[in-house]
Amino acid sequence: MSTVTQWAWLIPVFPLAAFLVLIALGRASARTAVFVSTAAGAASFALAVAVAAEYVRGAEDYTYEGPVWLRLGDTALRLGFELNRLNALMIVVVATVSLLVLVYSAGYMRGDPRIGVYYAYVSLFSASMFGLVMSAHLVQLYVFWELVGLGSFLLIGFWYAKPEAKAAAKKAFVMTRIGDAGLLAAILLLFWNMPDHALDFTSLHNAFADGRSPVSEPMTTLIALLVFLGAVGKSAQLPLHTWLPDAMEGPTPISALIHAATMVAAGVYLVARMYDLFLASPEAMAIVAYIGAVTALMAATVGAVLTDIKRVLAFSTVSQLGYMMMALGAGAYAAGVFHLFTHAFFKALLFLAAGSVIHAVHTQDIREMGGLAARMRTTAATFAIGALALAGVFPLSGFWSKDAILASVLEKDVLLFAIGVTGSFVTAFYMARLFFLTFYGPRFEGGGKREPAESPAVMTVPLVALAVLSAVAGFIEWPTGWFDEWLGRPKGHESAGWPVMMLTTAVALAGIAAGWALYGSRRAPRRGPVGRTSALYRLLERKYAFDEIYEATVVRPVRTLAGWLAVLDERTVDGAVRAVAAATVAFGRFTGRLQNGQVQTYGVAVLIGLVALIAVAAGRGIWS
Amino acid sequence: MTATSPYLTLAAVLFCIGLYGALTKRSAVMVLLSIELMLNAVNLNLVAFSAGGWLPSLAGQTFALFNIAVAAAEAAVGIAILIAFFRSRGSSEITDMTTVGGGRRRGRAQ
Repeated sequence: MSTVTQWAWLIPVFPLAAFLVLIALGRASARTAVFVSTAAGAASFALAVAVAAEYVRGAEDYTYEGPVWLRLGDTALRLGFELNRLNALMIVVVATVSLLVLVYSAGYMRGDPRIGVYYAYVSLFSASMFGLVMSAHLVQLYVFWELVGLGSFLLIGFWYAKPEAKAAAKKAFVMTRIGDAGLLAAILLLFWNMPDHALDFTSLHNAFADGRSPVSEPMTTLIALLVFLGAVGKSAQLPLHTWLPDAMEGPTPISALIHAATMVAAGVYLVARMYDLFLASPEAMAIVAYIGAVTALMAATVGAVLTDIKRVLAFSTVSQLGYMMMALGAGAYAAGVFHLFTHAFFKALLFLAAGSVIHAVHTQDIREMGGLAARMRTTAATFAIGALALAGVFPLSGFWSKDAILASVLEKDVLLFAIGVTGSFVTAFYMARLFFLTFYGPRFEGGGKREPAESPAVMTVPLVALAVLSAVAGFIEWPTGWFDEWLGRPKGHESAGWPVMMLTTAVALAGIAAGWALYGSRRAPRRGPVGRTSALYRLLERKYAFDEIYEATVVRPVRTLAGWLAVLDERTVDGAVRAVAAATVAFGRFTGRLQNGQVQTYGVAVLIGLVALIAVAAGRGIWS
Repeated sequence: MTATSPYLTLAAVLFCIGLYGALTKRSAVMVLLSIELMLNAVNLNLVAFSAGGWLPSLAGQTFALFNIAVAAAEAAVGIAILIAFFRSRGSSEITDMTTVGGGRRRGRAQ
């Protein structure tokens, strides 16, 4: 049955080959780069769909254990890959968004002199993401986890001439590194404690199944929390979320691919993959759920006041990832994964549509936009679909997934449900605000910019494709329950009841109405409900001052310490080295005086030598 | 037997004075002078051993005569070279008689 699946290892190989080819070509022509990368992306996409189709038809989980990679005492780690239903779903998501972004980038990045490098990095990232998803054991996953972080770093800092881009790339890498340290600690703890030191997912599943655990309860919680720390870093949850808004310095297609659909989903994927571990520790699940919920609400409130279109979407991503974590923490595995699936599509759509707008008006500040709906019809329409999906309006995909989350959470904990519903309202509100300020209202006279026109087809076709997916992806749930059963976890609750559906729809429509009232209608003041100078507004605008707090508590002490260490290095260590060098030079200079071309000096040397010789001879009693 | 020690002592002292002069004097003429002094000290030594000492014979005195002749010839040649050098270089200081740098300039810091 698994005839195509055994070729699944090719899925990461195609983009990897594209990366190597493009690196080898160096300053490749734009056409070559686009062609090579897109061809690889298309090949991966076709194969991914074929593999996923097999799994939809009910294929068995497939693990391939390849050559031994690393021997550690008695155990050996092998290279290999694994396919199961969760994987197959993720692969399709990654492949679809990757392919669409590759096509879109041909238009967005046209004219950039380093486009060959750009496509090389995107291919590297794709290969790493596929490898991460298909990894058979934790160590291999960790390798790809870091590679994905590298791809993100390279692409955020793509326009490295901009100091903000460089700073953002470093910030992203360092902050996710903090999470990665947690994940590494978890891997080490598991390695010590697992029977046979096995780290592959099958063994982990067997060891932790049914709530058992090979280690004590506190240790299980610790390991789960360390794994979650890795996810917090990668998925930009509180408190490691501040890198994601800054990551918007990178090109917009990258924001769509990496920071909306794939890399940030890797954290959610990790928790889902290690779900047995989490199920064995209720305390860890609770922490996951609450961090997710608080992140969801907090990020949504910040998104309501920002003026940079990409940063609003970045905080939206943080918020939606919070919803996924909340779902997973509350036991709603299928709902969380389902939301990951739908979110990838509509968030990528929103980012690419924003990119289309930015491409047309050359600004990211929504205060400088307005009235674009008439000129950019396709972009406006697809953005609207994405926004409605995000807000959770029936019958788009976001409605189904968000509803599934809220319904599951309601059974678990009413507080989480309340936070989730409030977050929904704010989500709908800020998306409405974004949409109306960008596309409607009076056109801001921006001072001699080119007349904004609709983007070329190579950019709008992906938008339409993603819009279609955002609209229909929700129907994968029909007939109800199929998706959850397929993913292998019982739903744990009956399908969302009508009251919840009505409530969530009402909340979403209320948010949109509020947004329309304040920003969309003709007499709208186009200003927020809170005054500009109020303390609340300022707090939100500064994103709850997280950056400032980190600057004061972490960055400055580290810089000071680094300064002291630098002085120590300069004075003591370098001083010792310089002293050795100086001594050598001085010795050389001193003995060099022997060779000064003066006969009398040489005569003295002869005399001294002769006297020494006589003394030695006399001392020995031998007359030589 | 004639006591040889006083003669040997004198010869040694003269030799040392001559050696000192040869190694430290700046003027080339003084160096040649010192060399002559060393040769004369050697002559004294030879004659002293020819008279007293371990195997008295006439060979010592003969050697000393030859030495005087050689010293005279060598002094003449030395002066000739010195005059030629002075004519070309314009100085008769030992420290200038080198093509390697670092003679008189040694005094300044590098």
